[in-house]
Amino acid sequence: MSIEATVERVEFGAMRNKAPTPETSARRSRIGDLIFHNVTRAFAVLTLVTLFGIIVSLIVSSWPSIQKFGLSFLWTSVWNAPAERFGGLIPIYGTLVTSIIALAIAVPVSFGIALFLTELSPVWLRRPLGTAIELLAAIPSIVYGMWGLLVFAPLFGQYVQPLLASTLGKVPLLGKLFSGAPLGIGLLSAGIILAIMIIPFIAAVMRDVFEVTPAMLKESAYGVGATTWEVVWNVVLPYTKVGVIGGIMLGLGRALGETMAVTFVIGNTNLLNNVSLFSPGNSITSALANEFSEANPGLHTAALMELGLILFFITFLVLAFSKWLLAKLKINEGAPVG
Amino acid sequence: MTLVTRRKWVNRIALGLSLAAMAFGIFWLAWILFDVLRLGIDGVSMSLFTKMTPPPGSEGGLLNAIVGSLIMVSLAMGIGTPIGILAGIYLAEFGQRDWLGSTTRLINDILLSAPSIVLGLFIYALVVARTGGFSGFAGVLALALIVIPVVVRTTENMLILVPNSLREAAFALGAPKWRVVGSVTLRAARAGVLTGVLLAVARIAGETAPLLFTALSNQFWSLDLGAPMANLPVTIFKFAMSPFADWQKLAWAGVFLITLGVLVINVLARALFREEKK
Repeated sequence: MSIEATVERVEFGAMRNKAPTPETSARRSRIGDLIFHNVTRAFAVLTLVTLFGIIVSLIVSSWPSIQKFGLSFLWTSVWNAPAERFGGLIPIYGTLVTSIIALAIAVPVSFGIALFLTELSPVWLRRPLGTAIELLAAIPSIVYGMWGLLVFAPLFGQYVQPLLASTLGKVPLLGKLFSGAPLGIGLLSAGIILAIMIIPFIAAVMRDVFEVTPAMLKESAYGVGATTWEVVWNVVLPYTKVGVIGGIMLGLGRALGETMAVTFVIGNTNLLNNVSLFSPGNSITSALANEFSEANPGLHTAALMELGLILFFITFLVLAFSKWLLAKLKINEGAPVG
Repeated sequence: MTLVTRRKWVNRIALGLSLAAMAFGIFWLAWILFDVLRLGIDGVSMSLFTKMTPPPGSEGGLLNAIVGSLIMVSLAMGIGTPIGILAGIYLAEFGQRDWLGSTTRLINDILLSAPSIVLGLFIYALVVARTGGFSGFAGVLALALIVIPVVVRTTENMLILVPNSLREAAFALGAPKWRVVGSVTLRAARAGVLTGVLLAVARIAGETAPLLFTALSNQFWSLDLGAPMANLPVTIFKFAMSPFADWQKLAWAGVFLITLGVLVINVLARALFREEKK
């Protein structure tokens, strides 16, 4: 964009106004600015209003359920539509467990990927590999879900789950998590699919914050003879820890709210009588996806709305926390961090 | 073992694990894309684009779903893009320091990552529950809600990158602010803004969750925005979850189309952005 062309356009614009007197032209531009300022501001406010609209409408829609079940909704596991008795324990449990599994897998892998992309990879490979990881983030979640159900879950149930049961399943206490029938679908599979989905998000943030580390700091450490690993672990990671945690929280927010990838593979049952990760379950999002469009208006819909409200509340906290951390990093950028 | 050899070994193991992590990430991408291609290409034929979604056990295609998705995505972009660009202009050009700007920025970032299914619930409560039925129009609104934060974010980021000297040059000529933004900064940032718009298209093309209880889906040909409207993602969901082999085959073909579309748009957006940066 050349400045000459721009200037020319502005002048032509002024000439087209049929030689206005200086006053009318000034007034017109003042009015134009006023309108412009307020129109753009109105749309910024609209974004704010949308958020409050979401919160208010969710509370209003779930009010019958909040009123009837109160706080016990959070720890009741009955979900009986004909009897109009609802408790959110099983979906809430499913959402939390699958997200924790996803984080447990995704965090170390993302750290490895970010480390590879910033320190290890030959320069010519950095961009293509970075792009490949970002493309993994662009694939719609329904693709992960369908692939998870029809390709991944059968293989997982046939080969991996028996293997886990015969190794980790034998360990006392921990073994309880890896027992039961190897169905393929279930909480563990949902967690793994979620992990694949959030790895690119976390890895991208980690890579970006690792690149913020001043070269001087790293070079000083290399200069006194530190190995690559020691530089990353003792210099880069402490320097960027706030940003790294922000990135992890961002991934957690994704995992908590993900619908399709989970709905396909979690098994969709509201029965849960053991702690095994092999057993099928339900998450807030899968309960909504499966039941909402067929729910009776009234208490059933209200209970589902309350689940949505709980989900929104949890993700809101997680995301706000992550934004706060990332913003803090931006302020500290360049300043030495203790 | 001396300290030096131990440190060297720790370093080797850690870097080996890092390489393994990278391979792990690429492995899933390759596996998923390979399967989508292998299973999807099977279902791609002329009838996919000329026939309606069939009942189980008979021949058919995805025409109504493809057209429905195209209509809803374009209308959602039509609604979301101008709102997003205007709000983004406010954040970049007026709201750099005031409380409205910083609050909106935070809220927008939260909406950007908010669970899309909750946005669907919101539109359900706002539109579907009041008008008394699922409709294509409700689906369009739900998708537009996803578009807005994406466009706001990229518009603001791209406008901030425009050097202030450009703005000052235009102001010095006596151009009013709306002119400066409209003819100078927005024009200078247009490639970046367009990239954001393209990424928003890619994002909503595969969105399923917010459509489940807004647009629902429709097995038949319908262009009526007041009625449930067929769309690719929900059709894929329904067909993939079914036990019928021919429905699953159509679902793979649908997944192939969406993945291909989304990846092409992403690559285009990247190329466009890089071209302009040179």
